[in-house]
Amino acid sequence: MNKSMETAEVAKQNRAYAEALAELLYQFADDDFIISFRGSEWLGLAPFIEEDVAFSSITQNTMGHATMFFQLLEELGEGDADALAHARKVDERRSSVYLEKMNGDGHYIEEPDYDWALAVVRNFLYETMKRVKLQAAMKSTYQPLANMATKIIMEQTYHLAHWKLWMEQLLGATDEAKEKLLSRLDEAWEEFGDALSLGPKASDIAKFGILIEEETFKQYWLEEVKKTLPAKYATIPKKSLGNGREGMHGEDLQQAINIFTEVYQIDEQAVW
Amino acid sequence: MYHYIEGADSIQNVSTDEEKYEHFMQRINNGEKVEANDWMPDDYRTALIRLISMHGVSEIMGALPEKEWTPKAPSLKRKLAIMAKVQDEMGHGQLLLRVAEDLQKPFGTTRKEVMEDLLTGKIKFHNVFHMKTKSWADAAIIAWLVDGAAIITQTNMLNASYGPYQRALQRICAEEVFHAQHGEALVMALANGTKKQREMLQEAFSRWWDSLIMFFGPPSPKVTGSSRQDIMIKYKIRINTNEELRQAFFDKYIPRVKALGLEIPDKTLTFNEDTKEWTYAQPNWDDFKQIINNHGPRSKARLRLREIAHENSRWVRRALAEEEAVV
Repeated sequence: MNKSMETAEVAKQNRAYAEALAELLYQFADDDFIISFRGSEWLGLAPFIEEDVAFSSITQNTMGHATMFFQLLEELGEGDADALAHARKVDERRSSVYLEKMNGDGHYIEEPDYDWALAVVRNFLYETMKRVKLQAAMKSTYQPLANMATKIIMEQTYHLAHWKLWMEQLLGATDEAKEKLLSRLDEAWEEFGDALSLGPKASDIAKFGILIEEETFKQYWLEEVKKTLPAKYATIPKKSLGNGREGMHGEDLQQAINIFTEVYQIDEQAVW
Repeated sequence: MYHYIEGADSIQNVSTDEEKYEHFMQRINNGEKVEANDWMPDDYRTALIRLISMHGVSEIMGALPEKEWTPKAPSLKRKLAIMAKVQDEMGHGQLLLRVAEDLQKPFGTTRKEVMEDLLTGKIKFHNVFHMKTKSWADAAIIAWLVDGAAIITQTNMLNASYGPYQRALQRICAEEVFHAQHGEALVMALANGTKKQREMLQEAFSRWWDSLIMFFGPPSPKVTGSSRQDIMIKYKIRINTNEELRQAFFDKYIPRVKALGLEIPDKTLTFNEDTKEWTYAQPNWDDFKQIINNHGPRSKARLRLREIAHENSRWVRRALAEEEAVV
């Protein structure tokens, strides 16, 4: 039985524990941050106004979750939350490469040729993964994380329900819609893999009871998505885009960084 | 003008409608609220549909200039605030289009027509949302002063005779107050910031000055050849004229702008102690006419975003139409 760590101060006394914990917190924070960023590019472009309202609400909540995770990292002595969100270089980031992918061709201000099928598939797979991860985190030995996961999951339940409904509705609708979703699902089964990785410290993360074993985590996720998806999606997805958990990212993350640091980098010391 | 029903064949009908009209005017003059299913004159209904759909699409189009800065917001706190704001604007758009839809029923039109009319230019969106944004300071000025101006025009209708609109405005105004506070916080941070930040703020303020004057519309209907101010006032939808609202905006914001040390681009702006009115240089109202006809700096580009959204998600609407009617 692992000992519960009540505070950041206690956790920091065990270096291996603190390192494994930080690794996991970066995954949580960076995933939420980047998917929320991609969501914010969608504003005003959703299929109808009600969806714009719902999607932007989820996006905003998700940025709130990212902020909470960055604050946990700040407490652990990793640096200022805003600097962690904005100033880290590409290879320091731990987000899943699949979550970083651009929403489609074009730019969010000029000719955004975005694909709703990608939005639905990506958010459904991600929110299911996040839920499984949060459920495990609720029992974490790191008490501040367990408390935060308990709080976040209350909102996140609605996020998952939202995307699950989209998935079910579109898979059960016209052939055209079904084909678009299946094509994005096929793509996701090539690329989503790194989202399910717990990174280079996976064994310590499990050993210290910060989260569960990576393999168990993957299986829980698969069991969940199988309830909604066609039977052919019964294996763990591959990582053809690379592994963001190990700091391997594509050009799309750099594209995102260039946008979200445009104002921040004018003067990193200034108060905005 | 009140229109009699075409083909009404008996004196009885006409007098009944006249009675209905008298009764209607009596109700609104007594401060009662008209509800969606109540009898109302056609020109009242038409004026409301125009006003509320324009207000609705303006909320939606109005989210777009700030959306340009949402992914670029420079701190976690600012990201959360601006995301909340643009989400609110979309929510206002949805709420208002629902109110308009109820009024449209007797005409057999729906939100689908409103959104299509926006793309073809038949329905206009507010002149202020056709303008360019250039820096983060523009997002600050928009939230502080454009929302501030919107609060003034909407407060003018907070007691509007049409109940569903009046209730929607109560909620919208309450949220707009938060937006203006968010804007004020952004402006304060820049005003108290580095030299570069102060310069950004001054440039943005100067850039938006004419747009803020134009926000309230021309002082006289002669400028654009038409104005619905009179009918709106007669039917107790709004209280004050464009010019009165602009004066109220100056009263409220000029002292604050000066207190921040911002330079006002109009050197002729003065307050007349006798008349208690501000005199100011008129913006180019020919430009205004161009802007409201979708020939402003960003009119086409922002409409193009709505058009792409509409085209790219046609398959989604087709898919959902099998289960439920979604426009």
